[in-house]
Amino acid sequence: MAKIIRKWWPVFLLPTLVAFIIGFVIPFCQGLYLSFCKFTTINKAEWVGISNYLKAFQDTQFRSAFVFTAAFTVVSTVLINVCAFVVALTLTRRIRGTNLFRTVFFMPNLIGGIVLGFIWNILINCVLSLLGKPLLALNTTAGFWGLIILMCWQQIGYMMIIYIAGLQSIPGELIEAARIDGASARQILFRVKIPNVMPSITICLFLTLTNSFKLFDQNLALTGGDPNHATEMLAMNIYQTFYARSGPNWKGIGQAKAVLFCIMVIAISLIQLRATRSKEVQQ
Amino acid sequence: MVKRRTVADWIWTVMLSLLCLVWVYPVVMILLNALKVETAITTGGAFQLPTLETFAGLDNFVNAIQAKGFLDAFATSLVITITSVALILVCCSMCAWFITRVNNRLSKLCYFLFVFSMVVPFQMLMFTLAATADRLKLNTPWNICIIYLGFGAGLAVFMFAGFMKSIPIEVEEAAMIDGCNPLQTFFRIDLPVLKPTLISVGILETMWVWNDYLLPYLVLDRKKYTTVPILIQYFKGSFGKVEMGPTMACIILTVLPIIVLYLFCQKHIIKGVVAGAVKG
Repeated sequence: MAKIIRKWWPVFLLPTLVAFIIGFVIPFCQGLYLSFCKFTTINKAEWVGISNYLKAFQDTQFRSAFVFTAAFTVVSTVLINVCAFVVALTLTRRIRGTNLFRTVFFMPNLIGGIVLGFIWNILINCVLSLLGKPLLALNTTAGFWGLIILMCWQQIGYMMIIYIAGLQSIPGELIEAARIDGASARQILFRVKIPNVMPSITICLFLTLTNSFKLFDQNLALTGGDPNHATEMLAMNIYQTFYARSGPNWKGIGQAKAVLFCIMVIAISLIQLRATRSKEVQQ
Repeated sequence: MVKRRTVADWIWTVMLSLLCLVWVYPVVMILLNALKVETAITTGGAFQLPTLETFAGLDNFVNAIQAKGFLDAFATSLVITITSVALILVCCSMCAWFITRVNNRLSKLCYFLFVFSMVVPFQMLMFTLAATADRLKLNTPWNICIIYLGFGAGLAVFMFAGFMKSIPIEVEEAAMIDGCNPLQTFFRIDLPVLKPTLISVGILETMWVWNDYLLPYLVLDRKKYTTVPILIQYFKGSFGKVEMGPTMACIILTVLPIIVLYLFCQKHIIKGVVAGAVKG
């Protein structure tokens, strides 16, 4: 059968493949090449070797954006996963209105990053002015924690859904057996429930890590990098290097930063997946 | 094993209810402010409920629809989302079927590339992608779906392929022996079985395309077309110059259809998320 299907590849494979080559493969390869060039448009590129990368490393804004992004990623990943897991645990108890809670917590996910950022921008600015503190545009601490709150608000619902699915797939007999053997609630949680939801934890950690690290829309809409690039994350720093700075050098440096960023994301994903997959248990 | 509700359960219920209020509050606050007159929307008064004097009725909403180009942006977003998601569903399900049924080097390479593309951040491609799209004239709402097909293929093919493996191959063989060509086999045998996965993938891709900001911002011909996220970001960028009432009304008008849609097909959306996560 495979032989007959293979002859039909122009029908089945080609449309997606062509779009994929236009939308991903060509831009990716060009981007890789251009990171070694000085250019303003794609056709006017001049090979300069690794100097773009050296300049990217020397850029203090890029380094501070990296620190900010790393701090943000760690804090938000921990907070989101802990909160989502606790909420999921309580929602799998027999309490009233589970469906309503689930519906409400998941809702912010459907709202796009730009709109979310704008909503919280208004809200946080109002709170700050009531407290007599400087507004978001001048306040780095508020910018950082604002982004954390915003990410929690958006992502806890999503991760909670995944954790609930994981918790519900634990066979009831397993927990009952543990209880009959005299395990306390704490022991059941750490020895039975958590090892069994390891696959969900892997996925949620992966999603929150990469989402936080790659964050752009929310960053742009909530703080816009203010004050003076202090709350700028990597994705936004790259964007600004491309489009907000003039001069023939910056586009090449931006592309080099983008390649570095890409390598970082891939490295984080691989390390994280390997680390948590090894802790998964077979049922 | 029937357990009775304990005091602890009640405490949790109360706490979760409070948390729910916190969760809804930001949207409610925007809604309340969208109902006020312009002078009442100040940073100090933003938390007050609209009173008789400050209540503006639906004026802000009417303004938003009439004057701010909201309807155009909404229509553009709608066109992009519908064409892209439809294209992704049809092409990627066919592609995934081919990849799982034909086991040669080409399909293995494609699969690897699709999975790889899911991890690569958009910033890596944005400049070159915008230039490529410009050159190929893919910068209108009707053509941009080709870019979305290429970019959304990773997740879609991955999810479809994960499900295809569980469809018994014997049924397809029987159909082929009875004289179906591969296209007929796919559309008559596999597609009906795939329906839940189609819905899941459709929802995930819709959520992504509808809310996407940077791709349309860079790729679309900005002088002619705006999408809803681009419009909202434009308002945000011109703080003070733009009236806040109609802007907040715009936010509500953007959020409302999504929430209504969500309330109607909540089950599918949540199933879609779980399916996407498990395959991931």
